[in-house]
Amino acid sequence: MALNTLEFECKSTAATVAVAKPVHFGVVGSGDLEILMSPAKNDGAVKVKVVTPVTGFDDLWRRVVGAFVENAKLGNVSIEINDNNATPAVVTLRLRQTLAEAAA
Amino acid sequence: MKTQKKWDNLATDTAERMAQASRFIGNGKRVEPKDIVGLLEAVIRPGDRVNIEGNNQKQADFLAESLLKVDKSKVHDLHMVQSAVPLASHLDLFEAGIAKKLDFAFGGPQAGRVAKFIKEGKLELGAIHTYLELFGRYFLDLTPKVSLICAYEADREGNLYTGFNTEDTPVIVEATKFRQGIVIAQVNKIVDKLPRIDIPAGWVDAVVESPRPFFIEPLFTRDPALITENQILLAMLSLKGIYAEYNVSSMNHGIGFLTSAIELMLPTYGEELGLRGKCCTHMILNPHPTMIPAIEEGWVDTIHCFGGELGMEKYVAARPDVFFIGPDGTLRSNRAFAQTAGHYAIDMFIGGTLQIDPWGNSSTATANRVAGFGGAPNMGCDAKGRRHSTPAWLKCGAELPCMEDQIGKMPRGKRLVVQGVETFGEGREPTFVEELDAWALAKNAGIELPPVMIYGDDVTHIVTEEGIAYLSRCKDMDTRMAAIQAVAGYTEIGLKAKPETTRRLRDAKIVQTPEDLGVDRNRATRDLLAAKNMRELVSWSGGLYEPPARFRNW
Repeated sequence: MALNTLEFECKSTAATVAVAKPVHFGVVGSGDLEILMSPAKNDGAVKVKVVTPVTGFDDLWRRVVGAFVENAKLGNVSIEINDNNATPAVVTLRLRQTLAEAAA
Repeated sequence: MKTQKKWDNLATDTAERMAQASRFIGNGKRVEPKDIVGLLEAVIRPGDRVNIEGNNQKQADFLAESLLKVDKSKVHDLHMVQSAVPLASHLDLFEAGIAKKLDFAFGGPQAGRVAKFIKEGKLELGAIHTYLELFGRYFLDLTPKVSLICAYEADREGNLYTGFNTEDTPVIVEATKFRQGIVIAQVNKIVDKLPRIDIPAGWVDAVVESPRPFFIEPLFTRDPALITENQILLAMLSLKGIYAEYNVSSMNHGIGFLTSAIELMLPTYGEELGLRGKCCTHMILNPHPTMIPAIEEGWVDTIHCFGGELGMEKYVAARPDVFFIGPDGTLRSNRAFAQTAGHYAIDMFIGGTLQIDPWGNSSTATANRVAGFGGAPNMGCDAKGRRHSTPAWLKCGAELPCMEDQIGKMPRGKRLVVQGVETFGEGREPTFVEELDAWALAKNAGIELPPVMIYGDDVTHIVTEEGIAYLSRCKDMDTRMAAIQAVAGYTEIGLKAKPETTRRLRDAKIVQTPEDLGVDRNRATRDLLAAKNMRELVSWSGGLYEPPARFRNW
């Protein structure tokens, strides 16, 4: 299975939340994904790298992760995602859970 | 002098056919398996309306395969009228030219071939029905001349025992026999004494002991191990935002994982919400294995079943206070009665779908598959003939802002019809779409109407991971479309949602997010499932539930 890598950056209009240490959450099961969130000096932005077996959903990834970053007011973070066909609902759920884990 | 008009042509015709068939029929109406093709050739004439019993569960498969072996010069151009066409042999009949026209309700695994054959001109489609609608037409303009039915056992006189999986048999036999038609039954076994008589011998013309037991599909078994956290979130939203909000006491649950999750969360989250004794007390439902924990915890007063479910025989027989049990101690299912209750008597239908359009119409049709409806539309609609009231039905009706435009100040209730979906389905296909694939199917297959499972004016609630759209509270189409957009997530439809409009809809309780409802997303974990796998279901049942081999994964 060929994997595709997608990299992009998003920025919250009111970034105030960061993570203190790298945190890993999730498992690359079918329809699921794993997320690595780590602190990074990105001028307030969030850098995102997605590795996924499917192509043609670049805009969707930007929308889903962008909305999460905006709502969470997240900044200066790198997010690495290893995806195995997760739906946007699962992606959002795992992003929230990763951030909750980081805050714990 | 007045000419004597003949009034018994149907009976005379049947008598002629039976006379030709008599050499194949022995004592107790018994036919040897080797003679069955000869029998079918004797009793079936070209152009006859023929029913092969089979729905989404038990199948008269030996008779279907035997019909495929008839001499095509003797038997051809049949008009098949039957609930479902899930077996390859059902469609092979059209390929071979033995059958020509089809009126049915549910396509199942052969849905792709139905579409293909229509296009190739091998199959002339009458209509796609709901079960009740098709059963209704059996007594109107689609009465079968010959019906090939299915039972567990026959006795030496030809009485039949349909038992746990009685399903469609009574309705087919009644329509056929009382219009002087011919009924042929395949049974797994011929015995001296039946546990009980479900179909009297007088309504049966021939019985064949099938070389192997009839095929039956465990269609309603869902492995709890496959339930996802998003399905659990949707189940929490449904229980808090709909079951508790409306005090829904009676309902039908669809076949998907969302409703399995709800069933498994009654003893946990449902209990916490104080719903035991109020919600899910009366259900029209097959014996879903995932209902076992709630039944054991005393949630359920009554369950009536459309059909059986493989492996649930002993459990159901051991709970006669809950299920409909014969004097012999085994379940009696009956699709026609369960569908009648599902249409008229229940407060709510909740289930999933593949696609929802901007107006709230939903469909499970795809461009190249004539999937059919089964029973969902009978339950997923407001039964306009309903006249009794319940709190949930009255509350939902009272919410409708436009009722007064239709019937003035007259109060009326409304069935709750809930569609629970994730905004994107398998392979990231969006659930919310500009145009249902049903339109493309209608065009491809030359069907007059796009096959819509549930029409927008019948849907009262849409539940997604974004929240609940209370369509019953929308005063006009603009509000309805905005409410749908607000829960459509990152789909193209969802991206049309305007934040200020969504805010207003949330304030008006037309849209409610998990946060609005006080549903904590972080609690949406598998810990809320009363049973987490098949083995735990077996434990809950005290060892009475016997899952089919393919579900025995421990």
